[in-house]
Amino acid sequence: MRLKKGLSISAIALVGLLGLSACAAETDTAEPGVEAAVPEFEAGTTMADLAEAGSITIGTKFDQPLFGLQGPSGGPVGFDVEIGKIIAASLGISEDNIEWTETVSANRETFIENGTVDIVIATYTINDKRKEVISFAGPYYNAGQDILVLAGNPEGITGPEDLEGKAVCSVAGSTSEANIAEYGVDLITTDTYSNCLEPLRSGNVIAVTTDNVILAGLADQNAGEFEVLSNPFTEEPYGIGLGLDDDAFRTHINDVLEASYDDGSWEAAWEATAGAVLKLPAPPAVDRY
Amino acid sequence: MDAISNAIDALVSITPLYMQGFLLTLALLAISGVGAFVLGVLIAAMRISPVPSLRVFATVYTEILRNIPLLLVLFFCAFVLPILGVELDFFLLAALGLTLYTSPFVAEAVRSGFNGVPVGQAEAARSIGMGFTQTVGLVIMPQASRMVVPPLINVFIALTKNTSVAGIFFVNELFKATYAAARDNGDVVVLTLVYAAALYLAITVPLGLIAGAIEKRVMVLR
Amino acid sequence: MSMSVLYDAPGPKTRRNSAIASVIGAVAILAGLTWVFFILAAPRVNANGAEQPGMFDPSRTDILSDPQVWGAFGGAVVETLRMAGVAAVLAILVGILFSFGRTAASKWVRIPTSVLLEFFRGMPLLLMILFVFLLFSTGSYWAGVLGLAVYNGAIIGEALRAGINSLPKGQREGGLSVGLTSLQTRFIIEFPQAFRQMLPIILAQLVVLVKDTSLAYVVAYPELARTIKNLQNFYGSRYLFTLFAVGFVIYLVMNVTLSYIARYAAKRSGPKLGKVTPDNPKVPGAEGTRAITMPRGRSGYRDNSGGGFS
Repeated sequence: MRLKKGLSISAIALVGLLGLSACAAETDTAEPGVEAAVPEFEAGTTMADLAEAGSITIGTKFDQPLFGLQGPSGGPVGFDVEIGKIIAASLGISEDNIEWTETVSANRETFIENGTVDIVIATYTINDKRKEVISFAGPYYNAGQDILVLAGNPEGITGPEDLEGKAVCSVAGSTSEANIAEYGVDLITTDTYSNCLEPLRSGNVIAVTTDNVILAGLADQNAGEFEVLSNPFTEEPYGIGLGLDDDAFRTHINDVLEASYDDGSWEAAWEATAGAVLKLPAPPAVDRY
Repeated sequence: MDAISNAIDALVSITPLYMQGFLLTLALLAISGVGAFVLGVLIAAMRISPVPSLRVFATVYTEILRNIPLLLVLFFCAFVLPILGVELDFFLLAALGLTLYTSPFVAEAVRSGFNGVPVGQAEAARSIGMGFTQTVGLVIMPQASRMVVPPLINVFIALTKNTSVAGIFFVNELFKATYAAARDNGDVVVLTLVYAAALYLAITVPLGLIAGAIEKRVMVLR
Repeated sequence: MSMSVLYDAPGPKTRRNSAIASVIGAVAILAGLTWVFFILAAPRVNANGAEQPGMFDPSRTDILSDPQVWGAFGGAVVETLRMAGVAAVLAILVGILFSFGRTAASKWVRIPTSVLLEFFRGMPLLLMILFVFLLFSTGSYWAGVLGLAVYNGAIIGEALRAGINSLPKGQREGGLSVGLTSLQTRFIIEFPQAFRQMLPIILAQLVVLVKDTSLAYVVAYPELARTIKNLQNFYGSRYLFTLFAVGFVIYLVMNVTLSYIARYAAKRSGPKLGKVTPDNPKVPGAEGTRAITMPRGRSGYRDNSGGGFS
């Protein structure tokens, strides 16, 4: 009895081993391009370290429709996630070796500073204040702040000027909050944009404001209930956050982004995610500051 | 030097936000404190009342509110009550949620005070012909009240801290201000957190000291 | 049926009136719940007049037939308990340390401990978790665990201190007189009694701790509250109510079960009647007063000096 069991276990192990080696052989032969495409990095650079480790930790958000969402099982999905995969691939790291960490807005800079994550791709607007503590590659997408209202736009809102003195929902401490505050609105804030939808439905607020892409995602999830004005009034370039003054790494990511514009992988990433709802934009020029 | 001036700049820029948050935290504390006190005393009264259905109701009420997180209670107030047609602004909805959540704890504090009154007191009151209301209202309550104060203050300390959860549900109280400040001031995160902690302690420490002082006096009186 | 000294055993008339009142009350509550049910089931009208399906409409509940969703809930419960379990053990250890520090003979230990304790007791747990998370870059799991451990440890420590203080003086004197050192007396004589005496409070506080894991959602730890939120973000806000309702039931079942176990454990190993009980430490005449109040052992959140609340 016991012998039999032992035998069967070793048989399974053997099959497993064979399977593994078969797999390994397959990847070796089928995708020589990927292996060969990994450039040699100068020793001591972040790229060399990451390529050496064979894994990368990427911080992203799990609450941004179209850009970063966490499903009930498996890793996150969205445009940010696809961009992360492109960057990881440039370092010779496969999708499976990317560790996704959920960043909440308050900890994106901290996470980069203390090395919890290697990079942050999280609908992360490039601004000067943040540039003091971290560096940005990109932008890889230009969003703009827009306004979400109930379907049919019952209040007849055309732009942020119409919101003066009215109740508007946004997320506390976001650039969107700061931008809309200048229009003298009665601001109601929470910690996730999707929380803003209930007050909008019940009429406690008349509009929700943040970047157009997030609003588009929210409108899409709740078909027919809401509409986006499609009249962006700010520019929100989304960058990839990395360690302060890690210029070699920043240049590398910028190169990767530009290459992805040219070889169609950026477009493919877009079409696979946000493209389901939004038109394909022209890729933004990276800012090599 | 640069770091210091940075820190001072950040302090100056977040202070208005923090002060506004602090005031709202105090307002939440005051409103839901009074509300929870009234409701809690009522629940405590129901739990010792002669009517079985009231006792059952109070028990079920306590069990439910005690076993779900505050987060869900506030969620119910902010998202489900409007569906049911309650038209209050989010500040009052949050105050209502905190009131409901805190009331069983008040009831417990009151109950512990009642426990401290020697049973002979109630027996004496009853033996001279007092009814339930008179016994409780004229004899037990006045004696229990001073023993209720310290645990009650502890409930209010907990309430002060719990107001921080209301920030998620559209109230611009102190924790929300902190969260926003930590997000916007990535370079001086520690400062934003310590500042907020100091403001919370400015409420909770005096309350704790008052509780301690009263406790000592009551102990002597006994 | 236990009698209370507060009122006479009800006569037939009172019993009848009380029964009528109970029936009316029950009917009123049932009617209220039915009304709530129908309002929720009715189509939802948005502020712009557009109608959305009611809360129990299949279009809002269809995700519940997806095993993946239940897998996510299951995982979340595991994560919640994993955080609560480790935090509970640490909280008790922290509580023991605090209680010793607070009752130490040397003021060089006592006073700093008191200050530290006051600090931890006065800080909101949300702030504490965020603090650990941002300052010590521990990751969300340990931020939650440490925040919960320190916060609840402070409260348990106060409860233990109250327990130690409430012991008769003779216990300590006895220990010292047989040649034990001060610390040994504390460990061997006083502490076991205090711990046993305060067990109901400690257990109740641990149930509070389980509930408070929901606050670790602020640092994106995938416990139950965060998972509900992620699911809602993923599937869309139309499932808000459904996910909330499921979360409500899970929390209720989980915590009521734990409370029940805690009460059972407290009853089994707690102090017996006739001793100074944790219901009212150091209150003379406490033994007899239970008659005028509610059943004992049901509670334990109150603590005359510690304040075991959340």
